[in-house]
Amino acid sequence: MAKPILIALALAFLGVMVLMPVVAIFDRAFADGAGAYLAAIRDPETVAAIRLTVIAALIVVPINIVFGVAAAWLVARYRFWGRRVLLILIELPFAMSPIVAGLCFLLIYGAYGPVGAALEPYGIQLMFNLIGIVLVSLFVTCPFVMREILPVLQVTGEDEERAALTLGANGWQIFRHVVLPNISWGLAYGTVLTMARAMGEFGAVSVVSGAIRGRTMTLPLQIELMYNDYNATGAFAAATVLAGLAFVTLILRGALNRFGPQREAHP
Amino acid sequence: MTALARPQPRILPGFSLSLGITLLFLCLIVLLPLSGLLWQLGKLGPGDYIRVVSSERVLAALRVTISAAALATLINGVFGLILAWVLTRYRFPGRGIMDALVDLPFALPTAVAGIALVALYDRSGWVGQLLEPLGIQIAYTWWGIVIAMAFTSIPFAVRAIQPAIEELDPAEEAAALTLGANGREMFFRVLLRPLLPSILTGVGLSFVRSLGEFGAVIFIAGNMPYETEIASLLILIRLDEFDYPAAAAVAGTLLALSLVLLVAINVMQNRLQAYLRTEG
Repeated sequence: MAKPILIALALAFLGVMVLMPVVAIFDRAFADGAGAYLAAIRDPETVAAIRLTVIAALIVVPINIVFGVAAAWLVARYRFWGRRVLLILIELPFAMSPIVAGLCFLLIYGAYGPVGAALEPYGIQLMFNLIGIVLVSLFVTCPFVMREILPVLQVTGEDEERAALTLGANGWQIFRHVVLPNISWGLAYGTVLTMARAMGEFGAVSVVSGAIRGRTMTLPLQIELMYNDYNATGAFAAATVLAGLAFVTLILRGALNRFGPQREAHP
Repeated sequence: MTALARPQPRILPGFSLSLGITLLFLCLIVLLPLSGLLWQLGKLGPGDYIRVVSSERVLAALRVTISAAALATLINGVFGLILAWVLTRYRFPGRGIMDALVDLPFALPTAVAGIALVALYDRSGWVGQLLEPLGIQIAYTWWGIVIAMAFTSIPFAVRAIQPAIEELDPAEEAAALTLGANGREMFFRVLLRPLLPSILTGVGLSFVRSLGEFGAVIFIAGNMPYETEIASLLILIRLDEFDYPAAAAVAGTLLALSLVLLVAINVMQNRLQAYLRTEG
């Protein structure tokens, strides 16, 4: 009945709204030919930006895995005062404008903020460098791992863990042999999302990066810089790298969805 | 620490470790930065706050942001429902690819989304050059902001509505048709009512997300003060001028707006679900 019309509408919307913009990036990136594209990718500033982006993500991801697992374990297994507040706090980064998030960090850790000013005499600077980028990336990605693991822990219950405890396992053994196998799919899923978001974050990072060419520019910032410099090929070439990352993310997500246990779909 | 633990026996180990890690992280990464904003707002005082926020430029930026987010949300409500319906109910070739495409805006970094939309909608872009002879301009106008916001928040709408459609019983639709309901009656009475809570959640999330969207918007917005300048950009401009109090005032307003909306969505969803249950 309405099926063909609805499918056509859905296809048209996704085609024009989602697919075409992404295809357009590749079109523009290769507008001057493959040679210009390759030269743009090998631009020293772009290479430095890619390196910084990867380094920041490699620091952010493990920290957020530890936090996510700890927070999910805490919320799933214990009842304590302030538990709901804790959950809201962890989810908060999802609701915040990235610029507001970046500003918050600047106001407390920047040279004029209480913590930043206190650290300055010791020569420690937290903003406008790698530390600042890592801090805001931790903020914007902190809900991902926890959100993926929490439902799994809630569903599996604690019977197995109690059994292991009765059999004399210590905390670490319970975690390795009972908890970890259960949460591994959720953990992988959360890690993929954290990685993608950490590499792609733009607004919050742009507030705290200091924007020093070749030094504190992550790849998304470098794209904006080149775009404003009218270096279209460079900007779009760099954008293809991040678009590629997005495709890898989607493929990994798809694979995890397909081979992992059944899970609810949410972005 | 022990004061936080409530009577329930703690048989499983790891409470203090996980509590320690969680609290340390939350304090350094979430609470302390948030208190920075509050501290700055406190220094500002209510009189100055009102003076900053009621300035013509801030009001214009808020108006642009909220109106564009509202239209983007409306678009996402309609197409989010269609997409969720098509993906859940129909099986056709290419469905898997469509399903993956829905998540693309979520996986794509927002700065990339921004220049991608420019590439498509500026006068040399594939869509832009079709619209130009008709006198329609999207890039660097308010419409561009709407498109960018709709782009980044469509996955939130679709993924919030999908589970609710899965729970619908197709037999009820068939029953309604057998009882003589026409298409429109069936849509509003049998389909839309049970889906309403999740639709509201979806559009609510998409609205909140749109209010804060920055990367995708600034490339295509044109960023003209009073006309196409969004609130997030104004915060950044005030920051570059080292006017931290003004930046904090706008940021506090934006944050408060998002929080009020989130709470409202939550409350409304609970009430609606309770209402629908009692109605049977």
